[in-house]
Amino acid sequence: MSEPIHLLPDETFVLNVGPQHPATHGVLRIKMRMHGEYVAEAETVLGYIHRMHEKMGELKTYPQFLMNLSRMDYLGALAYCHGHVLVVEKASGIQVPERAEYIRVITVELNRIASHLFGVGSFVMDLGGFSPLMYMLQDREYILDMLEAVTGARLTYCYYRFGGLYNDIDDTFIARARAFIPRCRESLKKYHRLITENIIFRKRLEGNVYLSSEMCRKYGATGGVARASGINFDVRKNEPYSVYPEFNFEVPVFTEGDSMARYKVKMAEIEQSLRIIEQGLDKLPDGPIMPEKAPKIIKPPAGDYYQAVETSKGSFGIRLVSDGSKNPYRLKLRSPSYSNVSLFDEACVGSMIMDAMAFFGSLDLVVPEIDR
Amino acid sequence: MIGYFQEIFTGLWSLFVGMSISFKEFFSPVVTVEYPYETVTMAPRFRGHIDLVPDENGATKCVLCMACERACPSGCITIEGEKKEGEKKKTLTLYQLDFTRCSLCGCCVEACNFEAIDFSKEYNLASTRKEDFYFDLLKRLQEKRQ
Ligand code: SF4
Ligand code: SF4
Repeated sequence: MSEPIHLLPDETFVLNVGPQHPATHGVLRIKMRMHGEYVAEAETVLGYIHRMHEKMGELKTYPQFLMNLSRMDYLGALAYCHGHVLVVEKASGIQVPERAEYIRVITVELNRIASHLFGVGSFVMDLGGFSPLMYMLQDREYILDMLEAVTGARLTYCYYRFGGLYNDIDDTFIARARAFIPRCRESLKKYHRLITENIIFRKRLEGNVYLSSEMCRKYGATGGVARASGINFDVRKNEPYSVYPEFNFEVPVFTEGDSMARYKVKMAEIEQSLRIIEQGLDKLPDGPIMPEKAPKIIKPPAGDYYQAVETSKGSFGIRLVSDGSKNPYRLKLRSPSYSNVSLFDEACVGSMIMDAMAFFGSLDLVVPEIDR
Repeated sequence: MIGYFQEIFTGLWSLFVGMSISFKEFFSPVVTVEYPYETVTMAPRFRGHIDLVPDENGATKCVLCMACERACPSGCITIEGEKKEGEKKKTLTLYQLDFTRCSLCGCCVEACNFEAIDFSKEYNLASTRKEDFYFDLLKRLQEKRQ
């Protein structure tokens, strides 16, 4: 029989999580120096699925790049596409019909709910509860079916065009979306009973890896992560774009800064998104979905343009430098998950490995979006 | 001491709530299908790989304007045509789609002004050979005609 290993009191070892690990939700590696069960040092290693989307943006013409955006965050892709079309429209001065903007907002919010449902579901699964994921996928499936019927794709949408939309929504979509709202509200009640009030879940997450608002600012964290640490920032409210100023909704902010707060922000945001969809369907104006004179060839005048949008992960910024040609000179994509994952290294030091992994799940990361 | 029993009680209550929801879901209608034996119908706007659209005679509508080839972001379309004797226009001899690179964006369908291509509804596409995804669309069209 081999001798058991005896570690010296201050001896550490290196634990490698990933790159292929179910808890990292993609191809991401964490190098951890462990002191027993406690994390002494952590280093996230990125870049395993870098696909050079920014370079592709420079090489392709504007319409050819449309489909790349939905390959970044595949769970909440429409918000990213929204940012892209908005910045190009801003640059080339294209007027978007109101109906198109409303439909964009409705579909983005539906997509946000789908993304949050999956984010929460997989987070709970990371903690060992499998059935909530199944219930959430069932609701998410309803949204995906709805979006598939109008966009033609389930995840990798290519629905928005410069100036409007690929095609209009129909009455079936409106009816299904209307039916979805009470259904989702009903499900939310179930999730709160099943998850939020569950004693195991609460004991596990309350106080799990505290993030101060200073730390969020230091690393540029946005979205639910920052809003769980008391930072009241939502691009939809702070730098309004599209038709969001016409909607009545709140930005849920929690001050606890723990994983429970990060979870609660997402659940509260689903409710707010439902409100936006409800108002959008009520106010939906008639009219065209593309401007009458939509330019065939997109050639924005030379200049520097920026547009930020609120995605399900946080604030997504897109900077376009145009030199007046058919291709952008530079297309910088600022992705929220990249900033949100950066604080992991510092924040998880001193916590136990299981807590660190629970914290990792609460950040709701999508790796293709980090390595865009 | 009271706290100890309270904790046991809340723990049991959580368990009971969870079980009751699972129990209720157990009797709720099934939402999945047994895939190879049952399939769901695809949405009318579903974007599968592209396919040539036949005209009334079953021939292609393509006039070889090459707009789709130019619009494609991934360069998956290869078109060849030849000028037959006595005819003014070129006729299509090859329309190849390299589906390994296609991102199903639909740029080609939008670029075509002659409604010569459209999305198919096919999604049962799996193979271990790369060559199986080089589709000869013209051949597919001719096979459909027969
Ligand atoms: S769908 Fe897009 S990628 Fe595929 S062949 Fe058409 S243009 Fe090319
Ligand atoms: S754009 Fe249409 S008509 Fe022109 S080459 Fe392509 S398929 Fe043929």
